[in-house]
Order: sequence, then C-alpha cells, then structure tokens
Amino acid sequence: MKILICISNVPDTTTKIKFTNNNTTFDVAGVQWIINPWDELALTRAIELKETNAGTIENITVIHVGLNTSDPTIRKALAIGADKAIRINAEAKDSYFVAAQIAEFVKKEPFDVILCGIESSDYNGFSVGGMLSELLDYPSVSALSSLEIANAEIKLKRGIDGGHEVISIVTPFVGIVQKGIAKEARIPNMRGIMMAKAKPLQVVEPVLIDNFTEFVSFEYPKPKATCKKIDPENVKELINLLHNEAKVI
Amino acid sequence: MSILVFAENWDGKFKKQTFELVSYANSLAKLLNSSVVALSIGKVEDDELKKLGNYGATKILNVSDNRLNTLDNKAFTITIAQAAIKENANIIIFPHNITGKAIASRISVRLKAGLVTGVNGLPTSTDPFTIVKKSFTSKAFANIVIKTPVKIITLFQNAFGIIESPASPVIEAFAPEINDSDIKTIVKEVNKVTGKILLTDAEIVVSGGRGMKGPENWGAIEELAKLLNGATACSRPVSDEGWRSHEEHVGQTGKIIAPNIYFACGISGAIQHLGGVSSSKYIVAINKDPEAPIFEVADYGIVGDVQKILPEIINAVKELKS
Repeated sequence: MKILICISNVPDTTTKIKFTNNNTTFDVAGVQWIINPWDELALTRAIELKETNAGTIENITVIHVGLNTSDPTIRKALAIGADKAIRINAEAKDSYFVAAQIAEFVKKEPFDVILCGIESSDYNGFSVGGMLSELLDYPSVSALSSLEIANAEIKLKRGIDGGHEVISIVTPFVGIVQKGIAKEARIPNMRGIMMAKAKPLQVVEPVLIDNFTEFVSFEYPKPKATCKKIDPENVKELINLLHNEAKVI
Repeated sequence: MSILVFAENWDGKFKKQTFELVSYANSLAKLLNSSVVALSIGKVEDDELKKLGNYGATKILNVSDNRLNTLDNKAFTITIAQAAIKENANIIIFPHNITGKAIASRISVRLKAGLVTGVNGLPTSTDPFTIVKKSFTSKAFANIVIKTPVKIITLFQNAFGIIESPASPVIEAFAPEINDSDIKTIVKEVNKVTGKILLTDAEIVVSGGRGMKGPENWGAIEELAKLLNGATACSRPVSDEGWRSHEEHVGQTGKIIAPNIYFACGISGAIQHLGGVSSSKYIVAINKDPEAPIFEVADYGIVGDVQKILPEIINAVKELKS
C-alpha cells in the first residue's frame, strides 16, 4: 500500500500577519515556515501506521506545490519519516490550481491512500482534499479523527455534528484529516535529519491550469474596543451590561 | 438563473444555520434579481420544509433517497450538482461546516465553479464577483474575485444573521440519478448526542481553560451554559489533558465558532485559541492574571478567581431570569 500526503508550507501559527504592495501581497519577511499543522498530523499518522503494519505499507510520499523556498519544509517532512518527496514547481494560485497539479501527478503515479489536512492555516481554503478526490473520481471522507489499517482493511472515524461515525472504505480514497488523527506531531531527531538529506526530492514541472479565483487584496481586522473591566466585587454588573448594553442575554 | 442553497437538517429539523443561509441567499437574490431554491436531502417533514419559505425560499427541492441518509461526499455532490443544473443555478451556497466544506469542494470541480470558503458577508461587488473571507485563521480578511460563471461559497456561521422574508414556496420532490456504485462510504456506527445544543450552532458558549484547575470544577461551566441555553467548550490544553473531550476544543486546530457571547473562564488567550473564537460578537473574560492576552480581545473582563466568580455569575443570571 502506498500513501501520499499533500503538504502545505505555512507561516508558523504565532506569526504576526502583515501585507505589502498596498495590501495585495502577504509579507514573507522574517516569517518562520512550518508544515501546515493538519498535514503534519496526517504524516505522523501515516508513519505510525507504517511502523505497526510493516509489510502492508510500503511507502510514504509527500507532495507539495510550491517553489524551492519550500524545500526546508519538505526536508522536515522527510526528516520526520516520509520516504520520498515530490515538489511541483509552481507558485500556488488557489486551491483548484493546487488540487489540479497534484491530480495530474497521481494520474501517472497512483496511490492507495491520499491524505490531506482539512484546511491550511494561511488561506483557510478547506478545499484541496475534496477537489483532488473529485478530479481523480475517488471517494473522499472528511474530518477524519482516526485512521486504522489492519490486514488491508480500513476503518475511519469522521466527525459529524454532535459526535462521530465509524466508516469502512476500500482503496483508493482521499482522507481529509482533522485534529485527533495522531496524538502529537513528531519532532525530527538528528538521525532523521541526516537521513532526510539522502532521501529523494523530485521536482516536477507544472501543467497549465487556469485558476478559478483570484486574491485581490487583504485587510486587517478592525481593532477591538477596549475591554470594559468589571469590579470582581460587583459581578452583577456584568450580567446587567450583557442584558442592557450588549443585549445578548 | 437561481441561487441554490444546501439546506442541511439535523435529525429531521433544520439548523439555525440553515435559516441563516436562506436569509443570506434571499438578500443576494435581491441584489442579482434572482430567486432562491433550497435543496433538502434526507427525511424532513413538509411542515419543516415549509419553514424555509419564511426566509425567502420560493422553491424547495426535497430529496428523500434512502441511500442518502448518511453522508457520502460523492453521492451528495452528484445530487447537488444535478439540482444546480436543473435549476440553472449560478450561485450555490453551503454552510461553512464539516458537511458543507466536504461537498462544496467536490462540486466546485464537477461544475467548474470557483469556490470561496468561510465568506462573512454579501459580495462587495457583483461584477466582478468579489467577496470577503477570513484568512490567516481570522488574523486577516481576503478580498477574492470568483472568475467562473458558476460560483460557490460557504458562509461562516452567525456572520449574516437570520432575516424573515415570508414567501409561499413550492415543494417539489427531486430524485437524483445516482448509481449504487457511486456510494463508497459505509457507515458502521453512529455516535452522537441528540437533544443538546451544537457547539457550532450555539448562541452562547461557556468555555473553560487550564485556570479551571481540573475536570472536577466543570460543574459551574455546565450550569451556566445550561442556564443560558448555550453549549460548553474548552481550550486546547484542557482537551489534551483529557479533562474534556476533543469535540469541545475551540481554537485554531479545533472548532472555530462565532457565538453571540463567548465566556472565556480561566483561559489566558493564546493566539491559537483566539483564532477559533475571535468572531464571537462579545467576549467575556474571567482570569486572575490582569495581563492575560484574552483581555486584549475581550469586551468585558473580570480580573479575579474564576472559581469564586462563576457561581456569582450564575446567581446573577438566575436573578435576571426570575
């Protein structure tokens, strides 16, 4: 069984977000880049499965659409434990562009299980996994919080409103993962980092794809009004304000 | 031309979010001189279906195909895409929740329609069709143009509100053409609570952080939530410690919510937590540390011991209600 993980290169979650060129471009100056947190959890789960199902899972590949500035992030994925990496050498224009590039690659080199994070923490598109599954005509299951593979049988747990469902599915399929899929992302160790240098990172040229949407400009959220402090000796005042001023109770 | 709304139900009843979606579509229809068609999938009684008319839907397509009682992303995609083509829809609107996001992305490809997720208002321009969405996990907003003739959006919950606009809708049965082989998702087991307010649908959310000291102190959080007809939530360390279930975790990697009031009890307000709650209309913070970052985003704050203050809030609410 071959597993493909789609990874996105995103600013560290504590980054202060700034824009340049009249608020049309995200300012990358001084930004620390990381593997998108949900993609990293997907990768971690794939590695856990490979460790416990040695025979069944032969290979874990990560794929990324981006320029060579993403290479350190891709190397980190290899250092954590992916066997191989593919980078499609193009700047991502929108979710459809990314999904279509990955689909073209998968059509030539098929995988049994494709995992994507539910969203990316930069443009919050929530779309690549679903789009990819439709382009490949694979089934997709979203909001996975558990993925078990035993004797080539696959059991998934997906989030639904107010709970979860247990699902069985056959390969190939696209799994769109949320938090819970793996306990905690792994920190690469020295051995992993050294081994990553020797692992293959294949660069593939993009195909021509028209994007569906265009990011025009960005805005910052309006600053919040200052917090009204309430005397801890007069808690009633809080309920009074919520009732009479905010009118939400 | 029409605007198609995916009218999602929960156990046969429409969610508050569905009525908000229809209200939004109705306002958009007025801008574009179009009309609103709502599509319901699953077992919903006629009386419930008619409710969609209260918010401006003039036509309701009712799909009751037993194969669609549980979600299969592909089968739902086929159904909605067929309805969109039949109704000549040029805009399709989904809720920005698990189901909506899972299907909208597939339909985007099937209909070659540009998709913008997490929209929080009407388009700022209809030609070119420009719309605003949250990005960088609520740290910014992006203005996006959809270039394709058919457009798909997912609307962020509680971003628009519910507006009544009574219409007399026609209810029409709609039978999609789906092959059994299209359905690959086999649901073995369903575990869900019913009769409880959904965290993502709740108008009031009472949430606890590490400052609550331990799971044994959650009684006051639950009592306040119940009293206000709200839901309970928690911060990431709390769910990581196993004090509360992961389903209650709100924040960047957990659920993203937008209630009318968010009570942050003993939550310091790390940037990742704020990403999940900053769309709340009002934030109330209770924390013993006056320097806690939560006070920078809160509308109302009390500096003090949450264990002492929560019972007093509960008493004050009881007094107000009596």
